[in-house]
Amino acid sequence: MKLGFYPGCSLEGSSREYNESVMAVAAGAGIELEPVPDWNCCGATAAHNMNRELGLSLPARILAKAEAAGMKEIVVPCAACYSRLKVTRHELLEDEELRRRISAIIEYDLRCEPEIINVLQFLDSRVMPAIEGRIKSPFDRRVACYYGCLLVRPHKILKFDRLEDPRSMDEIIRRIGGDPIDWAFKTECCGAGLSVSKTELVGRLSGRILEDARIRGAEAVIVACPMCHSNLDLRRGAIEKAMNRKYDMPAIFITQAVGLAMGIDPAKLGLNRHMVPVKFRERPAGKVPAGPESPAAAGEV
Amino acid sequence: MSTDAHHDKATASLAGAILEQTGVPVDKCYQCGKCSAGCPLAADMDYPPSLILRMLQAGGPELEEKVLRSYTIWVCLTCETCYSRCPMEIDIPVMMDYLRHESLRLGMTSPRAKDIIRFHRSFLDSIKYTGRLYEVGLVVDYKARSMHLLQDVKLAPKMYFKGKLNLIPETIKGLPLIRRIFSRSSKAGGEDAR
Repeated sequence: MKLGFYPGCSLEGSSREYNESVMAVAAGAGIELEPVPDWNCCGATAAHNMNRELGLSLPARILAKAEAAGMKEIVVPCAACYSRLKVTRHELLEDEELRRRISAIIEYDLRCEPEIINVLQFLDSRVMPAIEGRIKSPFDRRVACYYGCLLVRPHKILKFDRLEDPRSMDEIIRRIGGDPIDWAFKTECCGAGLSVSKTELVGRLSGRILEDARIRGAEAVIVACPMCHSNLDLRRGAIEKAMNRKYDMPAIFITQAVGLAMGIDPAKLGLNRHMVPVKFRERPAGKVPAGPESPAAAGEV
Repeated sequence: MSTDAHHDKATASLAGAILEQTGVPVDKCYQCGKCSAGCPLAADMDYPPSLILRMLQAGGPELEEKVLRSYTIWVCLTCETCYSRCPMEIDIPVMMDYLRHESLRLGMTSPRAKDIIRFHRSFLDSIKYTGRLYEVGLVVDYKARSMHLLQDVKLAPKMYFKGKLNLIPETIKGLPLIRRIFSRSSKAGGEDAR
């Protein structure tokens, strides 16, 4: 099976472990992901905050490149890119005059044919059916599934999962042997694009998320967005300062959890790239899937 | 300073301009306050979202200028929680985008928001120069603009050793088109997308 693929800028840089784990899981499920040719940045928050036309034209050019390459579906692992592409596609399909105007800007008569698929839809509909019954090392951990903002909002356009209490990621975790907790911060904002310009606010918002996961006994937070991951992992210093408490709970991409369950080498999933080491509590011998660079006794994956 | 210049035609108020340009009906708000209750940064804003709506409903040059000069419109994360909970389905994030664009166009941006705006400009410049976001360049450019030179200096080497930093930017083939997209978009209004 071959699908279009839009990695987005973070997956080529600060969140390359997300890219590595998406690729490893896809390969393990026999799926080929073909990048959109010569893709550009979607513009993220900056573009639509500063200039409406730019906020629509940058994602439109990505759709145009995919459409010209004959792609019917594009897998978009970054929740922010997913939201921008999906919102742009929706707005252009709803408003013919706008579609013509943006088509003129990007020099391509865009029909908005490619469908946009987020990482949870990709895992649920393509990966899980292919690996069902082939779970080598069940991911039997108690985890907090964190969806963030842009996988589910704006719900009227994305129409994905439940708005306030989504469950698709929890379901995937259950299917790989995990135990998703019931918690209050599934769709609360991590602080997103203010990570650099207002780091202290991000420390507070992301800190509240980690704190709720902690008091409810989660061993890790599972994420599906590079921005959420950066804020929960890279910004751990700001979080600890804001919350006045140390946190050793790792933040793991959903594709890394699925990859571990498939028995993929942790290094191939980029688990060594996190700032907060991915270590789990010790458990009775034999239950912990041991990684190559870590003795099972240390409980490290 | 009067804000009349930007809605001189059929739309006599900022709320009218919002309706005309974005279709967002500010007048439908009945002040239930769910947007402000759910907003993760309401406490950090000078006016919470529901108050911005009320100020726009009341209208007049003085209140409208306060809205356009507010910190609220820039610290808003576009997390979309307000819109998802509004019983009248008022698309507050789209309204915030419009207010930001007007605030930029009229040179009324809040001094408290200058770092947020600098970061956005650095981000857009990176796309304009390579077609993609080049993270190292973004941070260096932002530091130069904001003079926050020491911010995150301890993080960078750690990120480098984790293989998270690309030292060479990747430039896409379609860069000339990206440049044309920037120049056409800047003519279309909102921020001059230099």
